[in-house]
Amino acid sequence: METIKDIQEEIIEEFEIFDDWMQKYEYLIDLGKELAPIDKKYKTEDNLIKGCQSRVWLHAEYTDGRIIYTADSDAIMTKGIVAILINVLSGQTPSEISTAKLDFINEIGLKEQLSPTRANGLVSMIKQMKLYALAYIK
Amino acid sequence: MLDINKIRDQFPILNRKVNGEKLTYLDNGATSQKPQSVIDAINNYYKEENSNVHRGIHLLSERATDKFEQTRIAVQLFIGAKHNHEIIFTKGTTDSINLVANGFRSLLKEGNEILISELEHHSNIVPWQMCCDISGATLKVIPILDNGELNMAEFEKLLSENTKLVALSHVSNSLGTINPIEEIIDKCHRAGAKVLIDGAQAASYIPLNMQDLDADFYCFSAHKMYGPTGVGVLYGKEECLNKLPPYQGGGEMIKEVSFEKTTYADLPHKFEAGTPNIAGVIAFKNAIDFISELGIENIAKHVKYLLKYTTSEILKIEGVKIYGTSERKSGIISFNIKELHPYDIGMILDKLGVAIRTGHHCTQPVMNYYKIPGTARISIAVYNTIKEIDICIKSIKKAKMMLS
Repeated sequence: METIKDIQEEIIEEFEIFDDWMQKYEYLIDLGKELAPIDKKYKTEDNLIKGCQSRVWLHAEYTDGRIIYTADSDAIMTKGIVAILINVLSGQTPSEISTAKLDFINEIGLKEQLSPTRANGLVSMIKQMKLYALAYIK
Repeated sequence: MLDINKIRDQFPILNRKVNGEKLTYLDNGATSQKPQSVIDAINNYYKEENSNVHRGIHLLSERATDKFEQTRIAVQLFIGAKHNHEIIFTKGTTDSINLVANGFRSLLKEGNEILISELEHHSNIVPWQMCCDISGATLKVIPILDNGELNMAEFEKLLSENTKLVALSHVSNSLGTINPIEEIIDKCHRAGAKVLIDGAQAASYIPLNMQDLDADFYCFSAHKMYGPTGVGVLYGKEECLNKLPPYQGGGEMIKEVSFEKTTYADLPHKFEAGTPNIAGVIAFKNAIDFISELGIENIAKHVKYLLKYTTSEILKIEGVKIYGTSERKSGIISFNIKELHPYDIGMILDKLGVAIRTGHHCTQPVMNYYKIPGTARISIAVYNTIKEIDICIKSIKKAKMMLS
């Protein structure tokens, strides 16, 4: 299993090839479309993270010492970033997730997407991912 | 005909770039931009005149007070109020509504009803819910029709002798519908109910005359009419304002204070506790002058022209649905594109320099009515041009292409 740091570095590298915002956004849209769907039974009110602008559903499962996340969003660009976050954190151990520094978001130029004023549910999503991890730390 | 280029020259912000693109500002329903005269008035106040109002005996205080009161008279004339003490300065429309709703807590009791509509902004819903919670009154809601107009037949059924207050928007901020408030006010008065109108979206677009309109309360914000933020107006008929208890206690709103008994100042000061936004109020006069010099009818004509053009151009895009299709509309076009989320559209438009608003626009009941998470909203002001609408439409097409 790759470490969170390794995956982040790969993502930064991937984003380096983009010349402008449009290519970046198109890539996010593709990631959003390709995101493995969340099981319908987990798309519940309880798993819903309400943003003012878009909504995110997040489900976590703990197996063999690792946390598997599945998620969805009603906005495709939010979903693209959800896909990146899942790529980074899903399958890692609770202690790694809870202490993970997600600096790569700044480096790939998507900082504004994770600003609380965007109210797209992503800031709360990261918080929720970490809360799930904390709950499983023994 | 207005010379729009000449008008644009008065708004320095319209020349700036965002994300490397020329700004196309179409989020005027949220707040309008400010002309140089308003910006200068704020600057000059702090540079030359800063002093507290109604308090000092020195020259600067006198001058600040004088200018502050000149705005009150300018507002009185602008909305055709009978007396200048019927103009109360507040922080904004929300503050104005809260002032009245707070006062009605002690005037209402169980069995009384407040009537609002499904169209209202949250700031014309929540204060009344709070008022009902405390007073025991009941909140009733006038439903809307598919085209975004009020269901007038239902309104008439809901209006009864129990209705003590009807609180309605003049213009819907999320759909643009202009409500027939003249007819509504008349019917409410016949039923013995008072009427508060939320005019936040109307005051820069519809000529107002309080004596003809006969509203008991009318609220609006300076910042949506080319003026500064943090300044609002509560207009109230003298007898209605006199019946309301004070909102906030403090300096300026008293006659005499002792620990045994405090007596309150007369209108308007009774409702203006504390040091107000003096610079903002003074500069608000420049905004009113700006509108008056152009002529509000001329502004409305230009906005209507762009509304018509935008509507017909946007409907040419496949999959577009406009919410709010009344014949009587202000310069607001709320829309969605089939299968696309408004947030995604707004994000791409932002990168193209086009500022619109997306989301529920603080009108969740309206979104629930249409069963949608939100809309993308274009809102037009006097300085917008056909060219800007074309840029916006082109950007929407681009967003659609990227997202589909």
